[in-house]
Amino acid sequence: MALYDTLASARRKAFGSIPVTVGAVILLILVGSSALAQWIAPYNPKRATGGINEFPSLKHLFGTTGQGQDVLSQFLYGGQNTLWIAFTIAVLTTLLALIVALTAAYFRGWVDDVLTLVTNVFLVIPSLPLIVVLAAFLPPGPLTMIAVLTITGWAFGARLFRSQALSLREREFIAAAEDVGERRWRIVAIELLPNMGSVVAAYFVNQVIFAITAQASLEFLGLGDGGQVTWGSMLFWAQNTSALIRGAWWTFVVPGMAIALTAFSLALINNAVDELGNPRLRADRLLRRAGVRKSSASLMTPVKRNA
Amino acid sequence: MLYIAKRLAFYLLAAFVAITVNFFLPRLTPGDPASTIVATYSTTLNEASLNALKAAYGLTNEPLWSQYVTYLGNILHGDFGRSLSNFPAPVTAIISAGFGWSILLGLTSVLLSFVLGSALGALAAWRRGGLFDKLAPPVLLFLGSFPYFFLALLLFYLFCFKLQWFPMGNAYSSVNPPPFTLNGIGDVLFHLIAPAFTIVLVSLGPWTLNMRNAMIGVLSEDYLTLAEAKGLKPRRVLFSHAVRTALLPNVTALGAAIGGVFSGQLLTEIVFTYPGLGYSLMRAVSSVDYPLMQALFLIITLSVLVANFVVDTVYVLLDPRVRTGQEA
Repeated sequence: MALYDTLASARRKAFGSIPVTVGAVILLILVGSSALAQWIAPYNPKRATGGINEFPSLKHLFGTTGQGQDVLSQFLYGGQNTLWIAFTIAVLTTLLALIVALTAAYFRGWVDDVLTLVTNVFLVIPSLPLIVVLAAFLPPGPLTMIAVLTITGWAFGARLFRSQALSLREREFIAAAEDVGERRWRIVAIELLPNMGSVVAAYFVNQVIFAITAQASLEFLGLGDGGQVTWGSMLFWAQNTSALIRGAWWTFVVPGMAIALTAFSLALINNAVDELGNPRLRADRLLRRAGVRKSSASLMTPVKRNA
Repeated sequence: MLYIAKRLAFYLLAAFVAITVNFFLPRLTPGDPASTIVATYSTTLNEASLNALKAAYGLTNEPLWSQYVTYLGNILHGDFGRSLSNFPAPVTAIISAGFGWSILLGLTSVLLSFVLGSALGALAAWRRGGLFDKLAPPVLLFLGSFPYFFLALLLFYLFCFKLQWFPMGNAYSSVNPPPFTLNGIGDVLFHLIAPAFTIVLVSLGPWTLNMRNAMIGVLSEDYLTLAEAKGLKPRRVLFSHAVRTALLPNVTALGAAIGGVFSGQLLTEIVFTYPGLGYSLMRAVSSVDYPLMQALFLIITLSVLVANFVVDTVYVLLDPRVRTGQEA
């Protein structure tokens, strides 16, 4: 019920705002066109169908790569591969983070201590070098990508969810549930989890961004599956065929902007969700709507100041 | 003091975990990568080198625990193994060449983006609803959505290749590192601008937005109303009352950010062919030089742990609650 209410009020408030609409439209275009790659891509993304580093033309709308492949087709198919992997990673890391956080909240005591310690160790170890070492020892492919980024990507969420669970635990309705004699797993599953909905949703969106960039970084380094077309591998080949020095800017601007725009649209959506959860950030708009002119930087009770 | 001791113990544990992971990774991953590595090099290396390689990857008859003890001993002596791509060279020799450049670039860009971001965030919160406050968040959000290396590619293309304002790579103009004179330092700084600018641009967003949100929280506190009411000059209110408190969350985030920024920096270095650790990392990946990769992982991790410890120590100076022994 609480989750439904959160989502409903989020929808009501969010779609009034421009950033969310912009974000949703960009995201829809990117996801939609990638999903339709099989039908709308003009060429086979792996075959050389034109000259080397051809400038964008009617025949090749986004130009061709250093190996003569069509950039538009690569962008469409690459989006498909990039997005489903990123989505899977986001789902898995969010689940793993939730499991760790709720286990800590459920058992408390030493289990909580140990899980928190493990989380903090994972947080402090820099991810890229670890990802590189892990990916290097495993056979390249989507499964390795998913496994490696899930192992290295869950820790921040676990910390976030745990602190959220801890602060919820102090609320009256949890105390009431405890007094009534509800069992602990029930409190965690029925009282705690639904109230974490907005935090989990925001984290999930962030994880999609993380997964897209981390995946691209890894492929850019050459640790991806060479046979797969993704936005990251397009950047890798652009760098490796010296596209920069040959002036073939379209070969890296297209996949790079695809990544940046996907991340940006998700961030726009997320920021609005964040504002919904933080009333102080919204205070200004509400005050203005109430006809209060803000004359001071501090945010004291506005009625008294301007009365 | 207890707080510092606790943090130290934590970082030692984290270092131990990293070292242990590094040891077991080639031995326990499925598909037996160790044998594959040795098999690949069996034709190119001589007998002695091959045996050293086998020992490094546990393809000996020694039991696992004694290999582990030997390995720990080696690490303590600073012996991280030998590079496969330049064989007899110890990996530490390859890494130490780039280490200083990476530290220079990392420190410059992290400090710049921290100071700049916090200042911009404070400004945005102070002038709430103003033009800057309206424009800054979406613009920074957009820049922050760029993967480091993509923005690096764009800026490299624009400023180094097209406009030729900045040099196309390397950390200095001459073949040898420049002398420690005004000219030499100027040359090094000139080569630093483009990669540092890239990192600052991408990492600026979180500092600014966090600072802005923290400031907005602080500005609603009663003691700020009091400070204003008792007639303190706005500048005084801003700097000694609001900024000082609002800065704390950003300092906490500084420790966590160092690792992330460093990861992005490695890729930025590759694009600008800056001779730091990123360059070694790419060389390790492209020539499948496992010992070099593993040593980079360990050395970067250990450096980040040290940096975090320094940040924690600074935090004690800023937050009186921690100084008196309470948890922050």
